[in-house]
Amino acid sequence: MTTNEIINPNNLVYTKTKVMNDTPMHYCPGCSHGVVHKLIAEIIEEMDFQDKTIAIAPVGCAVFAYKYLDIDWQQAAHGRAPAVATAIKRLLPDRLVFTYQGDGDLAAIGTAETIHAANRGENIAIIFINNGIYGMTGGQMAPTTLLGMKSSTSPGGRTVELNGNPLDITKLMAQLDGTCYVTRQSVHTVGSVRKTKKAIRQAFENSMAGKGTSVVEVVSTCNSGWKLSPAASNDWMVENMFPAYPLGDLKNL
Amino acid sequence: MKGNEAIAHAAIRCGCDGYFGYPITPQSEIMETLMELEPWNTTGMVVLQAESETASINMVYGGAGCGKKTMTSSSSPGVSLMQEGLSYIACAELPCVIVNVMRGGPGLGTIQPSQADYYQSVKGGGHGDYKLITLAPASVQEMADHTVMAFDLAFKYLNPVLILADGIIGQMMEKVVLPPFQPRMTEAEISEKCPWATLGKPANRKPNVITSLALQAEEMETINLRLQSKYRKVEENEILYEEFSCEDADYLIIAFGITARICQKTVEMARNEGIKVGLLRPITLFPFPTPAISNYADKVKGMLTVEMSAGQMVDDVRLAVNGRVPVEFYGRMGGIVPAPDEVLAALKNKVVIK
Repeated sequence: MTTNEIINPNNLVYTKTKVMNDTPMHYCPGCSHGVVHKLIAEIIEEMDFQDKTIAIAPVGCAVFAYKYLDIDWQQAAHGRAPAVATAIKRLLPDRLVFTYQGDGDLAAIGTAETIHAANRGENIAIIFINNGIYGMTGGQMAPTTLLGMKSSTSPGGRTVELNGNPLDITKLMAQLDGTCYVTRQSVHTVGSVRKTKKAIRQAFENSMAGKGTSVVEVVSTCNSGWKLSPAASNDWMVENMFPAYPLGDLKNL
Repeated sequence: MKGNEAIAHAAIRCGCDGYFGYPITPQSEIMETLMELEPWNTTGMVVLQAESETASINMVYGGAGCGKKTMTSSSSPGVSLMQEGLSYIACAELPCVIVNVMRGGPGLGTIQPSQADYYQSVKGGGHGDYKLITLAPASVQEMADHTVMAFDLAFKYLNPVLILADGIIGQMMEKVVLPPFQPRMTEAEISEKCPWATLGKPANRKPNVITSLALQAEEMETINLRLQSKYRKVEENEILYEEFSCEDADYLIIAFGITARICQKTVEMARNEGIKVGLLRPITLFPFPTPAISNYADKVKGMLTVEMSAGQMVDDVRLAVNGRVPVEFYGRMGGIVPAPDEVLAALKNKVVIK
């Protein structure tokens, strides 16, 4: 095949979504954030919602999510994204409003905002990246850090006595009457990426149909924080994270 | 009606899009009145009881970022919880209105009136260098008028505006002329007036991003310089104050809010005794009426600042006077309201004899 044949639009088999721009990402190689960003961008393009979407960025590694997706963004204070999203969706009910949050943001400092937005059944989607560690600040213990898992603030491994138990906040949210769809996915294989895309699309469609709060947890890797290679991180996640945070729908009304 | 109720009515009438609040005495009537009036059925205004003041100020952030007229209200301990959000809103340069119906502190304190949140209101309150435009109503009428004015200033300067009232003005009943109805802004009007608003990115513009983050120090300093030049403009253009019997005054009382109403009586009592005293009431606390007070430093023999606190605004009066005449202070704390004769005694003992 010649170069001219390759670049002929008729022979095009894949193209980057126009909702994603060309800004080089600050994420570490092997990080799950980039994959999830791409899925969200593709879904927004497929739904033709670029002009109707307002997203809320968290504090954490994804604080700069607004640099990569060409949609309107608000960057919230640490943990407050569901409160910010609540007001936007109530004031602009015909818009797609979603938050993009990590485990520290959503399940530690923002627990109250997360639980109450979900319990009110705000018509928003919450995309929850759970890698069991604080990535941006340098690998400290998160609410979802597993027992025995080492971090810079649990150097001997997390223990119940010293640090308390890991928090399965997604399970908690599934109990609330305000949530309509609560699912846990991953992006470590082609199959899992496809499932996650389907889940996020359903969450967005639920929001627009006014069905209540949808939560998509993506069990993710942080190879820098975990101090493993990207490939070893995937294996470690399957062996250790999945038993604690099993994949699948927790609720789908 | 009550001062708190006047704020609720004025908010609906001036085209407010959203109120987000959390109950706390002595201001809960604001949200109660809004819930009773159900403005979502008339003007389309959203009213929501949040899970905390932390949530409500961040809801205001979200709404303001969409160019909507949003507000919250609380009392001292609740406003302390909002300081994080206010710092973000000030840095992101979003227009919104916050009402603080002050009660006595520190801590959980009391539900009785106080003015001890002056420092928190005019000196920043949260982290970083920022200012809230701060209005100090002294009547139920001004509770209504300042609500309208606060939104105008907020959108003029893209800055949070604080209405700093106290438990007396919130609770007391007076006659009030409510402002005329103005329609809420349409989305087309918001797009035109607030081109930065996050309403969804149409094909013909770049994404709008509401943020207070700039990791590069040079970039963050540029943001700070822009904020400071805005605050200087506010100081040049927006100072408001009121004078009573100041023309021939030998002495000057300076007081804001309900304390100024009390001191007006003191002025009458003093003048009946032949003491020529006037009253200057700052209506804006930031910007502070520094030039007016400075002028009086060359005309009067002494000044008395009266506050329901341990003495906070008195610092700004002394900065304006810069040592030219004695500036004394009288105040009560923890929810106690000073009586006019107490203030008169303080005036005689601290200022007139000197």
